[in-house]
Amino acid sequence: MAEVSIRDVRKAFGATQILHGVNVEVADGEFVILVGPSGCGKSTLLRMIAGLENISSGDISIGGRVVNNVAPKERDIAMVFQNYALYPHMTVRENMAFSLILAKAPKAVLEQKVGRAADILGLTQLLDRYPRQLSGGQRQRVAMGRAIVRDPQVFLFDEPLSNLDAKLRVQMRGEIKDLHQRLRTTTVYVTHDQIEAMTMADKIVVMQGGNVEQIGAPLDLYDRPANLFVAGFIGSPAMNFLKGRIQGGAFRVGDMLLPLGSTRGVAEGMPVVYGIRPEHWRLDDGGIPATVRLVEPTGSETQVVAEFAGHRVVCAFRERVTARPGEILCITPDPACVHLFDDATGMRLA
Amino acid sequence: MSAHADPTLWVRSRSKPSALAKLFDNKTFLIFICLAPALGLLLVFLTYPLGLGIYLSFTDTQLGKPGVWVGLENFQYLLTDRVFLNTVWNTIFYTAAATAAKFALGLWLALLLNENVPLKSLLRAIILLPWITPTVLSAIAFGWIYDPQFSIISYVFKHLGLISTNFDFLGTPWHARWSLVVANTWRGIPFVAISLLAGLQTISPSLYEAAMLDGASGWQRFRRVTVPLLMPILAVVLTFSVLFTFADFQLVYAITRGGPINSTHLMATLAFQRGIPGAALGEGAAIAVSMIPFLVIATLFSYFAVGNRKWQQGSDDDV
Ligand SMILES: Nc1ncnc2c1ncn2[C@@H]1O[C@H](COP(=O)(O)OP(=O)(O)OP(=O)(O)O)[C@@H](O)[C@H]1O
Ligand SMILES: [Mg+2]
Repeated sequence: MAEVSIRDVRKAFGATQILHGVNVEVADGEFVILVGPSGCGKSTLLRMIAGLENISSGDISIGGRVVNNVAPKERDIAMVFQNYALYPHMTVRENMAFSLILAKAPKAVLEQKVGRAADILGLTQLLDRYPRQLSGGQRQRVAMGRAIVRDPQVFLFDEPLSNLDAKLRVQMRGEIKDLHQRLRTTTVYVTHDQIEAMTMADKIVVMQGGNVEQIGAPLDLYDRPANLFVAGFIGSPAMNFLKGRIQGGAFRVGDMLLPLGSTRGVAEGMPVVYGIRPEHWRLDDGGIPATVRLVEPTGSETQVVAEFAGHRVVCAFRERVTARPGEILCITPDPACVHLFDDATGMRLA
Repeated sequence: MSAHADPTLWVRSRSKPSALAKLFDNKTFLIFICLAPALGLLLVFLTYPLGLGIYLSFTDTQLGKPGVWVGLENFQYLLTDRVFLNTVWNTIFYTAAATAAKFALGLWLALLLNENVPLKSLLRAIILLPWITPTVLSAIAFGWIYDPQFSIISYVFKHLGLISTNFDFLGTPWHARWSLVVANTWRGIPFVAISLLAGLQTISPSLYEAAMLDGASGWQRFRRVTVPLLMPILAVVLTFSVLFTFADFQLVYAITRGGPINSTHLMATLAFQRGIPGAALGEGAAIAVSMIPFLVIATLFSYFAVGNRKWQQGSDDDV
């Protein structure tokens, strides 16, 4: 049993308020990702769970025990730091065994646990190397090994992949996820990369400016973002936003009318923001004539930047589009996939 | 030309480099040219005096009277000279005691300053004070502090009613030795503290956090993270500190002049004493030359025993 629960947690450094009342529940064995733009307080929250920062107000409990005043080493958590924080003067083996050495574990236990972790992570050949003699990805794995050896109740990761190159990042993403499937240890993972969040998480917590914007499963956030911030943050390329009003059961921008799926909660003439993801545009001869500005084929799809009524929108088509910049392309949004937000509050309408 | 009218037509002119420019591009030439001034200075002000000193140590030169080559006679004589042997012993004691004290206190101060203590920069400035005071001045000040009649320490203790007669700081050999060790420690602490502080600040705080999560107590973090990571810089600072202390001259000469009864002489002060006021240049040079093996051994020891760790090898990108 190791659920983590964060209740109305606030944090201030001196007079600056960094976290404004955060509530997150992490179930036992769940993989939760904190995501948000730089400086939104993700690391601070993670460090508060670890006990490296004190809690200004509110409660954090791990496995049912409030840990506000529990020392980091008593919390039974393991953390992987962004810069890995490997002890440079210890070999890989010593790095991984350090917590066991401190706990005066018998040599047999130590060998067995380090051996198992090294096995899981493919580090067996590297046990006698020093961190300096490792590549970035190997260092990253040692840092994870150090956490695995601890057999903790909770894993904490702070942007563990941000120092790796794109290809390695994708590979390690898979490995971490695979590791979680095997160990089923409760995990809180911080990243500012929404792709990482979408692909790895059981549950995503989107943060901004010290507030939680939305909590939910990756596809729920994708399909039903609660507000403009989440809508724009999740998904790549980002959702298109058009400002306009409701007119006759449709959305009016400039002199164009765009279809709506549902008009629940909206009133005639109301100013709204119309959100449509790039892949929810279709090519349709009866659609809106838009001028092509840019064509970016990625192979699996074609991204087109098109312009109509003075607005630029990004469209992603599964089919190969051969249009050239300057040509006219008729496009239409899928009404079922339209998101409507209140222009004043930014909250989701329908 | 039309090239000026249309900036896209402009091309970088490729002039041929002059012979001089080519010469300065030559690495060997550059190395030579850059090293020459330093080499010249070293040759004139270091190698020549050192060579002359070594030569003198094999002669019986007196002040004002050119001597003749006597081979190892000076050294043979010194080996039977009680004062010299005592001085060697005293120099080792002085170096060991003062270095130990400097490192203990210096490390403690560095650790303190590395924490978030209030008035940190003020403290740092204060710690540097002993170092920026000219040695002779602080030696004279210590001379007064240790004065048999006017010592401020005796004065304070007397007025507090704790003692009735003045402290005898410099009157007996052991009192004098310890008093000098204290003076040297006071003077040497800033160098050790500031260098070690620089070393401490290169240790990433996340290592301490990781160790904390791994279950290390404060002492364990110090012993297993701080100390090993500080070793390389410790070795350098130790070497320098030992060299400075071993070759110390000013403090001892200004405070005790080697007394009482030659008990606080260091090799440097004895060499000067015999060579200049005593006029026995050859013998003084021999004493000075006998310092060399000690210094070399001390340097090699701290270099090989403490510094140069295996884990420092390999690439350096952000471990
Ligand atoms: N020790 C500190 N003192 C004062 N302010 C701090 C301190 N640590 C962090 N902050 C501030 O708290 C805010 C949140 O920092 P935090 O490190 O949690 O951001 P983050 O979400 O992890 O960002 P990033 O993605 O860039 O790592 C930032 O505005 C930062 O300036
Ligand atoms: Mg961060």
